[in-house]
Amino acid sequence: MFRKNNYLALGAVTLLALLVLSLPQRVTSHFKLALGSLFLPLFGLAGTAQQLPADLADSVLPRRELLQQIDRLRRENDQYKAMVVQSAAIAGENDRLHALLGWSQQTPWKLRLANVVMRDPANWWRTVQIDLGSRDGLRENLPVLTAAGLVGRVSVVSYTRSQVILIGDPNCRVSALVDNPSHDMGVVSAGGVLDTALVDLTYLSGGASLKPGQNVFTSGLGGIFPKGIPIGQVVDSRPVEFGLYTEARVKLSADLGGLEQVWVLFP
Amino acid sequence: MNVLRTILILAAAFLVVFGEATCPLPRHWLGAQVDLLPVLMVYAALTADLLTVSLLAVLGGLWFDALSANPLGISILPLFAVGFLIHLWNELILREVSFAQLVLGTVASASVPLLTILLLLTAGKQPLLGWGTIWQWLVMTAGGAAATPFIFALFDWSNRALGYQPRVEPSFRSDREIRRGRL
Repeated sequence: MFRKNNYLALGAVTLLALLVLSLPQRVTSHFKLALGSLFLPLFGLAGTAQQLPADLADSVLPRRELLQQIDRLRRENDQYKAMVVQSAAIAGENDRLHALLGWSQQTPWKLRLANVVMRDPANWWRTVQIDLGSRDGLRENLPVLTAAGLVGRVSVVSYTRSQVILIGDPNCRVSALVDNPSHDMGVVSAGGVLDTALVDLTYLSGGASLKPGQNVFTSGLGGIFPKGIPIGQVVDSRPVEFGLYTEARVKLSADLGGLEQVWVLFP
Repeated sequence: MNVLRTILILAAAFLVVFGEATCPLPRHWLGAQVDLLPVLMVYAALTADLLTVSLLAVLGGLWFDALSANPLGISILPLFAVGFLIHLWNELILREVSFAQLVLGTVASASVPLLTILLLLTAGKQPLLGWGTIWQWLVMTAGGAAATPFIFALFDWSNRALGYQPRVEPSFRSDREIRRGRL
């Protein structure tokens, strides 16, 4: 049963696997990017195939409906313009007050839209890949969000694509602040395996007064996520370690299961 | 060595990895993504040589890890372990029987994720594990088992369609002909 060829194959594959596993992090990330780029033509094909029905639907859309949509978008655009003017006035006032008090000025963040091109094929990680890379100015640890709330952070960047670790993955921890009178602070960590909408908020103080429905935001601590990005809402809470600290479950605002487009936040 | 079979198996592995990364439907419906690489490994181990099994383990594992947050190379050993063991016993396995294919698909689809998680934990990584992992494991096992006979049928069909068929020797042999006389 055990012939010479069997021994050779067993030895060669084991040795190769151990060699690849023992490579330094920087080298393996380069290898990963090179191997991942083999799939680029397929990504292109898949994108075209997904775009085709949308193009077809666009070509048969009645002119009247298009005009109605344009009219509605124009009205919305006017509303947003008014809001921008109002926000600019508030921001100016805020800057002046900051200057009067001698506080440091907050630099405004820029947003960049990205398409989610694939999900992690392994069930034990929560990551997605987006179609922005270092050529678009992306770098590691930039926050990623949707209009609903925080999604995660950029973890690996290649030239044309980047990997985003989603909230709920054990490698994405976020310092969070509960919007309640005592402003309780905790750390958002991994949640349930099957339900991507729920995460755990841990290391809350023992006397934290949490109620279901209270909003949870990023606290700004940790240096990665700016303060005030919505994360989700408290579902329930329980004392842990004989009341030493409190743990809560948070329902995420962003729908991580149906991500198609996300915003990357640039400082 | 049948080169066409090897190429087909590797091409299928490439497409399987891409499909698992881009098709979210099993995850939406069942809560887990079904991995078809172990199923391909069962087919390769039963029908191809050890070089094909090794190539599938190395390339399939590397492609999978490249699109995943796994450390690069962690999927090679579980895939190869399953393929190697099946290949050792392949002369004793009734590979044409659907039930045998189903059982082997079940065993392979169940053991590859377990071995991978074991390796990840050994390497000091923190994968997302919990009670829901048992459900995901069951889905992966059942999905892989159900897909195995289909993968075998698909490859048999593609081999028949694309490859040369073995020449059937006629039963007539001139040196065995009985020459009859007039009587």
